[in-house]
Parts: sequence; C-alpha cells; structure tokens
Amino acid sequence: MSEKKDVVLEVDNLRIDIPVSAGLLHPVRGISFDVSRGETLCIVGESGCGKSLTSLAIMGLLPKNADRQADRLNFLGKDIRDFDERQMAKLRGVKMGMIFQEPMTSLNPSYTIGNQLEEVYLRHMSSNRLEARERAIFLLDKVGISSAGSRLGQYPHQLSGGLRQRVMIAMALMCGPDLIIADEPTTALDVTIQAQILHLLAELQSDFDMAMVLITHDLGIVARVADKVQVMYAGRTVEEGNCEAVFDKPLHPYTSGLLRCIPVPGKTQPGEKLGTVPGVVPNLVGDLNGCMFRNRCEFATDECKELAETPTVLENGHAYTCRLKPDEMEPSTGGRL
Amino acid sequence: MKNSSPFLRGRQTAEEILEPRPMAKLRRRVFKNHSFLIGAVILISIILIALLAPLFSPHDPYDQDLARRLMNPFWHDKKTNDLYLLGTDKVGRDYLSRLIYGAQISLLIGFLTILISGTIGTALGVVAGYFGGRVDMVVNFIINTRLAMPVFLVAMAAVVAFGASLHVVIMVLGLFLWDRFAVVMRSITMQARDLDYVKAARAIGCSTPYIIIREIFPNVLSSLTVVATVEMANAILLEAALSFLGFGVQAPTPSWGLMLNEGREYMFFSPWLLALPGTGLFLLVLAINLFGDGLRDVTLERER
Amino acid sequence: MLAYTLKRIVVAFLILLVVSGLTFSLSHLSADPALTIAGEQASDEDIEAVRKLYGFDRPVIEQYVNWLSRALQGDFGKSYHYKAPVVEMISGRIGTTMTLGFLAIVFALVISIPLGTLAAMRPNSIIDRFALLIAVFGQALPTFWFALMMIILFGVWFRWLPISGNTTWAHFVMPTIALGYYATPALMRLTRAGMIEVLSSDYIRTAKAKGLSPVSVLFKHALRNAIIPVVALAAVWFGFMLGGSIVIETIFNLKGIGWLSYDALLRSDLPVVQAIVLIFASFYVILTLLSDLLNAYLDPRISVR
Repeated sequence: MSEKKDVVLEVDNLRIDIPVSAGLLHPVRGISFDVSRGETLCIVGESGCGKSLTSLAIMGLLPKNADRQADRLNFLGKDIRDFDERQMAKLRGVKMGMIFQEPMTSLNPSYTIGNQLEEVYLRHMSSNRLEARERAIFLLDKVGISSAGSRLGQYPHQLSGGLRQRVMIAMALMCGPDLIIADEPTTALDVTIQAQILHLLAELQSDFDMAMVLITHDLGIVARVADKVQVMYAGRTVEEGNCEAVFDKPLHPYTSGLLRCIPVPGKTQPGEKLGTVPGVVPNLVGDLNGCMFRNRCEFATDECKELAETPTVLENGHAYTCRLKPDEMEPSTGGRL
Repeated sequence: MKNSSPFLRGRQTAEEILEPRPMAKLRRRVFKNHSFLIGAVILISIILIALLAPLFSPHDPYDQDLARRLMNPFWHDKKTNDLYLLGTDKVGRDYLSRLIYGAQISLLIGFLTILISGTIGTALGVVAGYFGGRVDMVVNFIINTRLAMPVFLVAMAAVVAFGASLHVVIMVLGLFLWDRFAVVMRSITMQARDLDYVKAARAIGCSTPYIIIREIFPNVLSSLTVVATVEMANAILLEAALSFLGFGVQAPTPSWGLMLNEGREYMFFSPWLLALPGTGLFLLVLAINLFGDGLRDVTLERER
Repeated sequence: MLAYTLKRIVVAFLILLVVSGLTFSLSHLSADPALTIAGEQASDEDIEAVRKLYGFDRPVIEQYVNWLSRALQGDFGKSYHYKAPVVEMISGRIGTTMTLGFLAIVFALVISIPLGTLAAMRPNSIIDRFALLIAVFGQALPTFWFALMMIILFGVWFRWLPISGNTTWAHFVMPTIALGYYATPALMRLTRAGMIEVLSSDYIRTAKAKGLSPVSVLFKHALRNAIIPVVALAAVWFGFMLGGSIVIETIFNLKGIGWLSYDALLRSDLPVVQAIVLIFASFYVILTLLSDLLNAYLDPRISVR
C-alpha cells in the first residue's frame, strides 16, 4: 500500500531496553510502523505503554542508559540506526521536528522566544540573523500569534500555555521539516485551547506537506486528525489500521475498552455509565510471555498465557494481536463511532 | 464491575515489586551508604576515646618537664623514646595524651555550641515559620543582621571583651551559629503548617504551642540533626582558629587549635607538632560531615 | 523592579545600623578604653583626663550617636595605639585584602564550576567521585592548618614560594589557594546539583530536539541557568572570605585589613576594630544585594514576582 506514497519514516521491530535495579525493563518490545508525506499516524495508549519512548527513540533522545534496537529504522530512505550524536543533531530541528507535552517547561526561561526560534534556523541553515528573524515572524504569524514582531522580544514566562505551545510548534517548523513528532501536544492545555492547537497542527501538516506522528492517550483527538492509528499496550502494538477501520470495528479487547471510555454525541444517553478499562499496566521487567493484556481482559483464558504475540492481518491492512477471531468479541462493544 | 476480577486482587503494582518494604529499605540504605558508615565509625571512635581519655592516654596531659622537651615521635630515628609515642611539646608534655584530651575539648565545644545555637535558631525559625507575616519579617531581619556580622572578627572582639576562656568561646559561638537552624526550621515549619494533620489539629482547637511541640517538631527532627552536624563541624573549626590566634581557649588547656599555636614556632624543625593536631581536627570534622551527609541521604530517601 | 530594589536598599541600611550598634556596645563592654589609651603606668588623674578628652564619661548612647554621625561622614576616629586616623590606616591596606579575596573567589570558581559541571554530566563516574572527594576533604580541612602545611611543604621543603609578606604576586599564591579552597566545596556542590537539575529539564530536551550542537546545549542553555545560584553564592562567599582573611593574612603576614584587625584586637584598639567590622558587614550586605539584583537580571522570572 505504500508503493505510490513518499514514505518518510519506516520503523520495523523497534525495541528499547533499560537496565533497572530489579532487572531489564522492556518498555518498547517490537513496534513497527511507517509514515508518509502528508499522512498523520496516531500512536495511542495509556501512560507507561512506551509511546513517548518510541518517539524519543526516533529522535535519538533516549536516556543514556537506554538501549535501542530495531530491524529497520529508515528516515528519508536512510538507515539512521547507527547514526552518532553529531549525525542525529544534523537531522533534528531540520528534517525532523518535535513538539513536547509541557509547553510551560519546554522553553528556556532565560532567553527570549525570538532568540530560541532564531537559533534553530541559524544553526541549520546557512543564513544571517535577519533572515532567521523574518522566518520566525512568518512562522509565529502562521501559528496564529498576533503582532509576531513584538512577541520575539518576550520571555516564555510572559506567555500563556497555549501561546507557548504555538511557539513550540513554530520552533519545530523553523527549518521546514519532513517529519514532525508531537508527543501529547495538547494534554497540558485547557480544553478550549486543545481544540485550537489540534486544528492548527492538522492545518500546518497539510500546508507544509509533512509526515506527522501524533502521540496521545485521547481517542477523541485520534478520530479528528489521524489517517492511521496504532494502539499500543505494554510496549507492543495491539491493533493498527486506518482510522475508520479501527474506530468502526475495533478487533482487540483493549481498543474496544478504550473506545467505550469516550462518550459519543447522540449515542451516549444521559446517566449512562461510560466504560472503564480496569487494572493497571503490567510491570515490564524481565522475561515476558503471552498476551500482556490478559490480566485486564474479560475474554482471557489460560491459552493467553502462552500465546505468541503474532498479529492477524486483514485484507484492508487492519491488524490486531489477539487470539479472538474478528467476530468473537461481543458486537455491542464495537461500532460506536 | 471488573474490579473484582481474580487477576487484580492478588496482583502487586509495579512499584510494589520494584520497591521492598520501608524498614528493609532503610536498613539497606544505611549499609549501602558508605559515607554514613565511615563517618559514624570514626565519630564514635573519637567520642569513645575522648570519653575514656584517662584510660587511653599514657601520661598526664598537663605534666611538664623541660628535661624531655621536644622529643621526636616514633617514626624519627633519633631521640626516640618508647614512653612518648608521639613525642613531647615545647615544655615536655606528652603529645599523644594532649591529643587525646584535645578531642574532649573539641567535642565539648561542638556539642555545647549546637545546644545553645540550636535552641536559639529553632525557636526563632519555628516562631517565624508558624506565625508568618510580621513576626516572620522581624525574624528574617534578625537572621540577615546576624549573617551580616563577620563572625570571626566579632567573636574575637567578644573574647577580648569578656576575657578568653572555654566558657566565653562556647557562649560566643553558641550565640553566633544559629542562623542555619533558623533558616531551615523556618522553611520546614512553613511547609509543615500547611500539612493536613496540622490543619486538623488546629481545627479541633489545639493550642499553638501544643501544635508546635506535638505535631511539627517530630516532623523536622531529621533535618534538625543534619543542620546540627554542619554547625558542630563549623564550631569546632572556628574554635580551633580562634585558639590558634590566641583568642580562644587559653593555656595549658590541650585544645588542638592552641596546640597548633604553640607548635607554630617550631614548625620548621618539628613539623609534626603542627601535623598531628591538624590531622585530629581534620578527621573529626570529616567524620561529622560524612555522618551528616550520610544521614541526610538516608533520611531524605526514606521520606521520598 | 525599582520598588524591589529600593526596598532591599532600605533593609540593607537598617541591617548596617543594627550591626554598628551591636559592635559599638560590644566594644564598650570591654576593658576601659581610657586605660588602654593612657597606658599601663598612667596615674588615676591621667586616666580621668583621657576619659574626659575622649568623651568616655558620657552615656554610651550619646557616644554611639557621635561615633555614627562622624562615621557617616567618613571619619572613624583615630587609632588609640598608632594615633593615626583609622580611615588612612584602612585605606592603605584594603587593597591587599580585596586582591586576596578576589583572587581566592576566582580560584574557587575556576576549580568548582568546571569540576561541578563535569561531575553533573557524568554522575557516578570517576570524575564525579573525584569532585566529591575534593568537596568532602575541602569541607573538613581547617583553612589555617592547610595554610601552615602549605608553608611547610612549598615554602620550607621545596622553597618554591615566599611564605611571608605581600611584595610580589608570588606572595599571593599560597594565601589565595588556602582561602579559595575553603569556598570550593560549597560552590562545586551547588554547580553539580544545579547542572544535574537543568540537564534533566524539559528545555534541555527541547534544545537537543532542535539539533543544537552539544556545546550550545551545554553552554548556552544549561550553564547559564545552572550558574545563577552559583553566582549568588560566590558573592556571599566573597563576603565570608574577607572574614577568613584575618587568619590567612596573619599567617602569611599579608598586611591587609584582616591582619590589621588582628593587630588592633591584640592592642584593644577599638576604633580600628569597629571600623573594620562595619566595613566587612557593609561588604556582605552590598554583595548580597548585588547578587540578588544580578539574579533578578539574569533570571527574568524573579523581577516579575
């Protein structure tokens, strides 16, 4: 399906191991996906499922003690698995930009936003301060910040959270990257601002024709912007496919559980109970066997303890990792959106 | 609905698996914390030696005899005498005995100073932190005034004014070294004041002094001990410096600082007269600091 | 910002007023100054005459107000012993003490900032342990004993450095190290702690995600934020060092105001002691004020409170 598309990022069987006092922690255990130009991939999962580490692994920003392995990690057709810090630094900020969850703390408090915007451009583009300034004003305007010129002299603490996140977005776009990774970009913001920022991201993504990886735990966001969805649980992909397919007919009990958690306008009755996914994410230290969701799954049987986690792929590319056949889950749990 | 699932009831959370029980954790921390162990061992040894000084010291530290003055310690090849292991000072007193009794003086000064300064600083800090507002402003001003006074110079002047003696040195240091106690207690009390159980105590009508003593004080004991070690080390060093300049403890008391003063004129020919008391000071202060640092690490980890 | 500055200046003046009052009353608690001036062999009439002449028979409050009003005009009286104006005695020597204090704080910063930064970049590495060792030893090493040991080692055994006086720069080497080493542990610990905190901050991650060079991440984004409290502490330590200069100047016979205060105390020369206490206190107060203002300037968040 990717033959005619311009694939920006290909990840195959990405694994991350971190040594901890109790043994080896496996927060990411074989994640594969690809994103093409103009496409938005949403990685969904609850906190601790490894989605943020996945994004940091692509950027080469994992903590020093973390060990990253992959069968394939191609960016713009180049294998970046063995890139050293210097080579990665030449990609980051230019070819791949990143937006973080915490706009309040992600900007350096000691420098004006102008300074922080311009420095990316000056670092990567052979240009002068004037051009960098022009670019910064252009982008601040683009992300919807009024009187951009005078904003350049302001310090981060003078801006609200929503404005700071807009600055972060502008910063990621300074050099016109091919890939943008947004890690929970709206989680720390007010609900009204969340929608604006999300809308802005989607708009910019098509304007600049970028590939976007959006990481979130909020399925409402996914439904609005995603082309493809990847549901992660305990460091693995449990279900993936294009947005409509997954929302129409979730095939993994975890996905359907997540979908039950969100109210649907017109369908959820007042007073009706929303679903929950009981339990917590399991401990990922040591050797792990079987389906990691079995402790929280209502369909779990003894079989799930030894199950090899191989995905079942349907003809439309919709894939899931569960022993259940596509129609074995209760019909009431799917088809909510 | 699913909360009663048999899978969930017996399960431990990730944290429970990774973190053992609190007491075992504390014990492991204490034994894993080398600085705490080393500090505690040296400190306890020095305290024992000081307490049992009459047992350990081979001679009377005040017994002078000019006939045996400036004898060399055992590592010198000539003029060695088995009776005086570390030699004798300029009036023939046994240096080892004086060093042992010197530990008494340093420890005495350290403990009594923090007793005085700890009382002053804690009182000021707790009052400022608990009442806040104007009281806090006044206490803050007092702390800043104290910090602006050059301790060493004013201590020297005070010793001149009241006469040089052990008592005066202890009083002066005690009246000076309370600032850290006050600063730390003030901020801790402020935090403690807003804790739920303190609020609850106030809500059921407990009196202010009762709340401070019963509810806040136990809460801050470990921080208090850490500050006490810092100030104790500080007091010992200051006393040594004062005595070294002749503005502290007076002869013939075997204070390490005073021994350094007395040995100074012989520093070129008998450098061990300086090396030994200085090493004593260094070891004692090192032990107190290691103990304090270790204690902070151990207790802070526990509170986390 | 202006209101903040003004408030701080008023408080600083009040502190100095209280310090001067305390110093004055302390020195007047000591032995009768008239006795000191008149000398050991003076008759009772002589002492009485001196007491009248210097105004020691007046109430202490009146003496204090007189002293303070003259001090504010830059007149600290005459030395009882040398009979010279205190201001002249101090101004001739303050340069030596300032030079020593400045060299010592520079020495401390030059050691502690790079070492603290390296330690923070690789926690628990060899260099971190080395830095910790230096800090732990430095804190426990009595300054004056360290100075004496250096004299024995470098002055007497190796004969590399002069041990007494202040005629050449070489004379300042050992005093600078002795005094500066004392401040190193505190400054290094603060640098390390600050750097560790800053290096794990979100904005450093942002800087890395922007593909900035490691040099730029470290120096532009990390060090500047980590250094703010270190600068503040260094200023405060400079004030402490002036106090520490008493012992060091006495040992090395560097005739600055630290040495002068020692000499004056030996002779109960009160006007000199009072003046020096006030100078040291003023220095401390001014330095803390400046470091707070510098902090406010370097960290734009402070001034907006």
